[in-house]
Amino acid sequence: MVTYLFDSTFPGLLTAVFESYAARQKEINVIPAAGYQPGFPDTAVTITSDPEKAQRVWDGLGKRIGNAGRYEFYTAFFSESSEAWQHMFGYARYIFDHGGERAADYGNRHVLAIATYARKVGRERHRMKAFVRFKKGMDGLYAAVVEPDFNVLPLIAGHFRDRYADQRWMIFDKRRRYGIYYDLTFVQEVKIEPLPAGASRVAAPAAMLPDENDSLYTSLWQEYFKSTNIKERANLKLHIQHVPRRYWKHLPEKEPGFL
Amino acid sequence: MSDRLKEKLQILADAAKYDVSCASSGSDRKNTGKGIGDTGSGICHSYTEDGRCVSLLKILLTNHCIYDCAFCVSRSSNDIKRAAFTVDEVVALTMNFYRRNYIEGLFLSSGIFKNADYTMERMLRIVKKLRLEENYNGYIHLKTIPGASPEMVTEAGLYADRMSINLEMPTESGLKMLAPEKSHEEVKRELSVIRNKSVELADERKVIKSAPAFVPAGQSTQIVVGATPESDMEVMYTADHFYKTYSLKRVYYSGYIPISHDTRMPAMGSAPPVVRENRLYQTDWLMRFYAFEISELLNNDHPNLDPEIDPKLSWALRNPGFFPVDVNSAPYRSILRVPGIGVYSAKKIIAARRFGRLYAWQLKKMGIAFNRARHFIRYADSPIQLNEKDPAIIRQTILEQSTCKFRTDQSGQLTLF
Repeated sequence: MVTYLFDSTFPGLLTAVFESYAARQKEINVIPAAGYQPGFPDTAVTITSDPEKAQRVWDGLGKRIGNAGRYEFYTAFFSESSEAWQHMFGYARYIFDHGGERAADYGNRHVLAIATYARKVGRERHRMKAFVRFKKGMDGLYAAVVEPDFNVLPLIAGHFRDRYADQRWMIFDKRRRYGIYYDLTFVQEVKIEPLPAGASRVAAPAAMLPDENDSLYTSLWQEYFKSTNIKERANLKLHIQHVPRRYWKHLPEKEPGFL
Repeated sequence: MSDRLKEKLQILADAAKYDVSCASSGSDRKNTGKGIGDTGSGICHSYTEDGRCVSLLKILLTNHCIYDCAFCVSRSSNDIKRAAFTVDEVVALTMNFYRRNYIEGLFLSSGIFKNADYTMERMLRIVKKLRLEENYNGYIHLKTIPGASPEMVTEAGLYADRMSINLEMPTESGLKMLAPEKSHEEVKRELSVIRNKSVELADERKVIKSAPAFVPAGQSTQIVVGATPESDMEVMYTADHFYKTYSLKRVYYSGYIPISHDTRMPAMGSAPPVVRENRLYQTDWLMRFYAFEISELLNNDHPNLDPEIDPKLSWALRNPGFFPVDVNSAPYRSILRVPGIGVYSAKKIIAARRFGRLYAWQLKKMGIAFNRARHFIRYADSPIQLNEKDPAIIRQTILEQSTCKFRTDQSGQLTLF
């Protein structure tokens, strides 16, 4: 068994697939380089992410399993789980060795695992399309904070760009400390650096203060949420199943003290 | 100003909540020309504490109504607060909620004030303003007002994604009893206006690609159950008829929530029939996605659904001759009929078995409810079964193993012999 260390990026993982064929190696542990504890003797191979090699693997997958299949594979990557990445490696090898029709071989553990991980991440992607709540700022920017279970911002950027094409918006992933920002033309990644040690907090610029009508619409929304509920049918268990508690802090309708 | 708006929203959202339709899917409106909004597979943005999804801003334009339907909270004889939105208020609420990603769109219904066309005309003004002035491409579900003129209804269809008109009671006689001013005939007439125009434009589209989109998410209706004494069979045969005749996208079943002291209906405070409602939806799903004929599920021998077990299991236990189904060779339609196997896993089974016979561990991993399905299937390593299993024993085994989500609150639903 050989160990490949990769940089936890999608191109890095695809490069690992490429290198395994180049080196004619088959039984491989693919693990993130970060946090790797070398054993003795250390036989791990470090994979250097290579856009060209990654592209060749990506194109090869596309030829064999089509765009929809490839998107499912890509989606599974955002589960941020090293186990999923190992399965993705196994899946790619399985497809290249046996052909694209094997993408439907749900009896195979890698194929089934990709479907399962893609479903999990897909669920979180869908939740984020639902649970993003914009606040409108004085300068017209619609901003939202989320803390998704998986790293799904790259998967929802297109949806928000198409839908909110005429307003500037930003969605910030608090857990992963980065966001996506749309400036009426493109969506780009933005990072907010933590304040240097010892720096005092600066006052927010006027542009970041909420729009004068914003709190009105937030409270109208809260009122609507309350009024559209049918008390006689109360079913809190189902409510929590659909809106798990961990999402509540960024949902104005679930603001504590409001209901 | 904002306090009055808040009060209106309370009144008119509260009055609209008994319409259970919440779908925001089935339309494919693109955001053209950098406007705002699009539609796709539908998103539930939140869920109320009763567990129902909040996808649309569901409001009445007004709860003033000239009709006095006994089952309706806005009936003219009911002593409640009345309110009405202006056109601009509805537009502002919709746009501001939509821009904050609270909703997928607008569901607009209304009590009937003055007359049907007057009401419909106001609603039409709202949807036109949204589409033409705000450049809004989000979802719009518009109620057809009973008695509105075909011209008005047809024009509304050019701007709405879905339109609906409610049958209210499962049978004409039930409706006549509680709402003498309404009739199923009128509902049929309005449904045909949209259906005929849709067919006409679909034909046109074959020739001219740019023929306008017309009610792209189709039509739906709602049946209130439990207010009048119809059987499940009567409810579902009506639903089946409307699905087939008017190509409806959805029929909603709304368990009646007592809102009146009228002695012809269940008393105030009695629990809504949630179990029955659930079984009706399951039957509806079996008709639409599992290729069941309604007469297989409900007929003169079985006019009502079994509250204890779901209709698919119930059918399976009545038809032991159909089983066991061999997952490694049976056609898709047969696999779909196995209790514990849904559309998603049935498709996986069909796809996967081309590469080798399927064993129990693989079926389990695919996500089928194995404990339920195992009584009805054969797979590569299924244990040898000498004699046929007795359906009564299977039923007992499954009931013992499963924890029914309704078990604690069945009291209100079941009148126990």
